[in-house]
Amino acid sequence: MTRGGEKDLIDIDQLSREEIDWIIQTARSFEEVSRRAVKKVPALRGKTVVNLFYEPSTRTRMSFELAAKRLSADVLNFTASSSSVAKGESLKDTALTLQAMGLDALVVRHPVSGAPEMISRWIDASVINAGDGMHAHPTQALLDLYTLHKELGSIEGKTVALVGDILHSRVARSNIQAMTKMGARLILVGPPTLIPREVEESGLEVSYSFDRVIGECDVIYLLRLQRERQREGLIPSLAEYARFYQLNRERLEKARQEVIVMHPGPINRGVEISAEVADLPRSYLLDQVTNGVAVRMAVLFKFLGRRETEAEGER
Amino acid sequence: MGKILIKGARIICPFSGRDQVGDLLVEKGRVTKIADELDISGARVVDGKGKCVSPGFLDMHVHLREPGREDEETIASGRMAALRGGFTAICCMPNTQPPVDNPTVVEEIMKKASIGEGADVFPVGAITLGMEGKTLAELGSMHASAGRVRAFSEDGWGLQDAGLMRRALEYVKMFDGVIISHCEDRSLSAEGQMHEGMRSFQLGLRGNPSVSEEVMVARDILLAEYTGGRLHLAHLSSARSVEMLREARARGVRVTAEVTPHHLFFTDEDVDGLDTNFKVNPPLRGRADRDALRKALAEGVISVIASDHAPHSLEEKEQEFDYAPSGVIGMETAFAAAYTAMVKTGLMNLYQLVERFTVGPAQAMGFFPEEYGEGIREGARADLVILDPDAQVVVDAFNFASKSRNCPFQGMELEGKIVQVIKNGRLVGE
Repeated sequence: MTRGGEKDLIDIDQLSREEIDWIIQTARSFEEVSRRAVKKVPALRGKTVVNLFYEPSTRTRMSFELAAKRLSADVLNFTASSSSVAKGESLKDTALTLQAMGLDALVVRHPVSGAPEMISRWIDASVINAGDGMHAHPTQALLDLYTLHKELGSIEGKTVALVGDILHSRVARSNIQAMTKMGARLILVGPPTLIPREVEESGLEVSYSFDRVIGECDVIYLLRLQRERQREGLIPSLAEYARFYQLNRERLEKARQEVIVMHPGPINRGVEISAEVADLPRSYLLDQVTNGVAVRMAVLFKFLGRRETEAEGER
Repeated sequence: MGKILIKGARIICPFSGRDQVGDLLVEKGRVTKIADELDISGARVVDGKGKCVSPGFLDMHVHLREPGREDEETIASGRMAALRGGFTAICCMPNTQPPVDNPTVVEEIMKKASIGEGADVFPVGAITLGMEGKTLAELGSMHASAGRVRAFSEDGWGLQDAGLMRRALEYVKMFDGVIISHCEDRSLSAEGQMHEGMRSFQLGLRGNPSVSEEVMVARDILLAEYTGGRLHLAHLSSARSVEMLREARARGVRVTAEVTPHHLFFTDEDVDGLDTNFKVNPPLRGRADRDALRKALAEGVISVIASDHAPHSLEEKEQEFDYAPSGVIGMETAFAAAYTAMVKTGLMNLYQLVERFTVGPAQAMGFFPEEYGEGIREGARADLVILDPDAQVVVDAFNFASKSRNCPFQGMELEGKIVQVIKNGRLVGE
């Protein structure tokens, strides 16, 4: 089933290759806005965007907020504690309340997979998924594509290693969809306990050995390793994880000279990436952050701005 | 109490092997005459043409929620929902608040279940005190109570301790009781929200792997074999579980098993829409699993259809997928769902299906005929259901007798309708 309606961005698989190209092109022109003295265009003037965040997040929320403001939308932030009905207002009531205030788009971050999609069925406003549980983080994948697009032109035929906790990562899920769709060759790298059995059955390339595949990569995409994975018994220790999967100077020497290193942030220096490597020029971590604003501008414009135009055309 | 004459119906009774078209007279709460043709003056005539009369069904797996969650279901509403679904007897699971772990709670339930119209209620007791999985509850005293409890279960959770399971299987031999096992190794199911597979990966929902059920099925079959105790496996969901059951039965282990209509009908693909009415435990698994369950039911390896009727309030179900409780209501859709999945598909015939709703659960529970299972014969208590196999039903849970609405079949068109139910010789609802 394709997720999300016309009005919502729930996951990458609802977007065609053409739509992704459009977002990349549009992001490119919006990026120019961010370099102006007056960093604003009136594309979404009069629109209201609410950031509804059930999970702590600094970069994604700020990135969406900046994106909306640079398009001249009004922005409100609603930080809710995630809880069941017993403890507070239900998700449905929160969504309906915000809808009643007359918002145009709801940017949702939630620890439970599927929550943004549920909301999208309850309200008429656009719902933009800003990360839900282990399910999806579509704007992250789009900004990653954009970053790679700027560096490589196209990722068609390029080899990308996604390294780390594939099992629990919404960034990995969205990037698998996005990068496969755009023609990249993906290798999923990590310990067997963090790679879902299903992806091996689905024909995606999997390697338990980072060292064996690192030399083939055009891009190394590191995932954040949550410390609770150790408590859950999925890895024996952070030190052992780092021994086999950390990108450090020694391991990087086996990679191609021009390899691009990416990470969705926030990074765990000393776990999945050494401090030294994080600060190298071929690490694109900060470019990803910069590009995030432009890509989210394009996304907001696609799902909000164009609706307006269509509606006016009907009149 | 007037006479009721059912004319020209197909009379099916798997207890006696009867399968004939004829007339059937009910008077003073009993079936008094069965013949090719009866002319009785002063009797209320029910036209049975094109319809079937069967013994009232037995649902051996129902959650009534009373005591504790009367907003979701009461004993009274559950007994009526049962009758609407064609069940004239039900076994209610012990995971109430407080749990059914002593004779006092059993007798309280029996008292409430004796008031007004409704299905007969047979409480299932908890295996351990407080359903905490630590100390055996007083199984013998519950058996000796007014509820004559003969089946015990830690349903909803599963008894994790193998040593206790062994003792329970041994202990109930004292009165030929049965242990109903909810097979789930919780260290494997962890916080699984749905079947672990490609779907759970795509949806980003934590998976509950088939193997969490299978290791417990293996364990309990081995323990039943070792102890000679009687075991019933609740709501099986996986193909491997079915294989182990088949082998165990073939070598004479005293084990029976049930399947729910929703596991016969749906798969993990149906979870795709994130409707929490497809969140059940055990989860809906893959197509191969569903097909194995259907095949096993058709062959009689699985001898029971049970609804696992699990009422939950709308506000609890209408939450984020991870927060919503597992379970669906099922008594009022069980027959139509099973008929559509099993008979309309040509996998089994109506007679066999009725068997899985009557004889199968009666044997698994070990009921005496006077409790449940006299069947349709002259002199038997008139607990009957009249079915129309050709009629369609459009499911609308908002018209159910159950107090809850968490129905995965909502809005669906199913075949096979419960037309009328006769309980203790009375037409229900009149």
